[in-house]
Amino acid sequence: MGSFIKSFIKYFVGRFVVCLLVIFVGVTITFLIPRLIPGSNPAEIAVRRIQMVGAYLPPESVEKMKDALLKLYGLEGSMIQQYFSYWRGLLKGDLGPSFASFPTPVTSLISKSLPWTAGLLALTATISWCVGTLLGGIASYRGKGLWVRIFEIVSNAVRPIPYYILALVLLVIFAYVLRYFPTGGAFQIGLTPSMSWAFFKSVLKHGFLPALSLIIVGVGAWFINMRNLVSNVIHEDFVVFAKQMRLKESILLRSYVMKAAMPAQLTGLALQLGTVFSGTIITEIVFSYPGLGTLAFTAIMQNDYNLVMGITLYSIVAIAFATLLVDLLLPLVDPRIQYTGGAA
Amino acid sequence: MPVVAMSKTVVRLFERDVRFKISLPVLIALVVFAVLSTFSPYDPRASYYVPINRPPSWSHPFGTNGRGQDLFWIMTFALKNSLIFGLGVAALSRLIAMMVGIIAGYKGGAIDQALILFCDSLIVLPIFPILIFLKLLAKEMSFPMLAIVLAFFGWPWDARLIRSQVLGLRERKFTVTALFSGRSTLGLVFQEYLPHVLPIVFATTINNMLWSLGLEVTLSVLGLTPLDVPTMGTITYWAIQQQALVMGAWWWILFPVLFVILLFTSLYLLFVSMTDFISPQARVVTQ
Repeated sequence: MGSFIKSFIKYFVGRFVVCLLVIFVGVTITFLIPRLIPGSNPAEIAVRRIQMVGAYLPPESVEKMKDALLKLYGLEGSMIQQYFSYWRGLLKGDLGPSFASFPTPVTSLISKSLPWTAGLLALTATISWCVGTLLGGIASYRGKGLWVRIFEIVSNAVRPIPYYILALVLLVIFAYVLRYFPTGGAFQIGLTPSMSWAFFKSVLKHGFLPALSLIIVGVGAWFINMRNLVSNVIHEDFVVFAKQMRLKESILLRSYVMKAAMPAQLTGLALQLGTVFSGTIITEIVFSYPGLGTLAFTAIMQNDYNLVMGITLYSIVAIAFATLLVDLLLPLVDPRIQYTGGAA
Repeated sequence: MPVVAMSKTVVRLFERDVRFKISLPVLIALVVFAVLSTFSPYDPRASYYVPINRPPSWSHPFGTNGRGQDLFWIMTFALKNSLIFGLGVAALSRLIAMMVGIIAGYKGGAIDQALILFCDSLIVLPIFPILIFLKLLAKEMSFPMLAIVLAFFGWPWDARLIRSQVLGLRERKFTVTALFSGRSTLGLVFQEYLPHVLPIVFATTINNMLWSLGLEVTLSVLGLTPLDVPTMGTITYWAIQQQALVMGAWWWILFPVLFVILLFTSLYLLFVSMTDFISPQARVVTQ
């Protein structure tokens, strides 16, 4: 037992170091890239915006304005000085101000949008994973019943259509033609977020279509994934042997076939939950849902790179920790995998 | 005679496979529709030459949009441009895939490992954020440029497929026979291996088109492509941008969406039916 704990700690520390390393590299890259893009100096963009309105500014006051803005934005000094001050702020939980909606801090913008995306993603990913995995496992084992065939045809019909078009069709049919659901937003305008039933109902109603579109696509993808996995597993010796043994079919399916396919599916689920940043970006744009994806997209379009960096940072941390969690949990699900090795 | 053999194959697929039977006529109809653009009385870039937002009628079969364009003719151009875009990406990326796949499979060793490592690192890159980012770098990205970028990201899967095929071929007896009979390496690759590799290339062409056209639609709808060039994505963009839904101009949304669905579904069905035909073992195709 002692050796088990020892090897677990060794494994955990190794994975954790890798996780931190990934975050470090990710932060450094997201720091560098926007600064290397020509013409993305936020001070210049802000001044240009003022000039576009038609105000005439003498060149020397333009220079002064740029300097003042850079100081306000916290962008003075050399690249290396900026890099260190960025890390200092980061460790204090301060990501600096957003440039496009100055002086709102990036963290408050993100914390306003994060719950919507996280909620939508967690809910839809879990539902579609459960349904898709179960159906996929049963379908490929039981062969071709009528329902399985219908489901297969539907999921294959949905597969090639670009997700955007699918979401748009849902939006048009249910929000514009039938008017069952609102056309956008996360809750009724005028309601204040609270724990009341009215607010909860409004959130449900607004979230239904985005969730439905994600679930339709998700179930189909997990279904096909699971079927591929299971169709490999059922030819393995241990399954054939269990069949020869006349094991009860439900046990065979649950503890032999599905269980063997589970690690790969679970890994996929955890990785999907880590994609808070890009996972629902198109959904949010189609249904004008005020989540992280919309925020990221407008930030990129407005060259608001403090905000882009902030969101990227969140997503890097999310993905890094999701993979860490998978690595730690997999040995519990799959006894073939053991806590051995360090940072492999 | 390869032409005779090919037409025989088509006839046989047509008789036996429902998916082929449905998808081929639809695709041919779509191609004919795209070719119609050459007879268009209007310039695809012109706007406000017809009354805006008119529902379908005899003189404008698909109605007119809010930019004063005849939707029927603008869609012939859109479909043509999209098809050319998809074929361009597919052709370019097939070329890379074939070169990398054949070299990696035939040479083996360190070259193979290096190429496969490169392949794998391209596969894991998230393409969508990268494209948004590239758009940020190059303020104006034309469709040919976008096609080249997509071609660069679109080959690794298929290079792996081709490589594994070539790896198998290299172990076959005819390779040794050909080499001992004094066949040059190039001759061996082009005349002996190519016929085995081409079916994969054709099947993956369609899959690649589905992928690149899907990205084109998504990027266009977000407003990240040159919006004055009509494609399936950009006409959808304009319909949404100019509030076609709010104004009740249903035809402006309906026809583009309908055509996208028809195009993608028929391409996909054709792809699945062809893959089944080429290799019955690979029934379930992953990308």
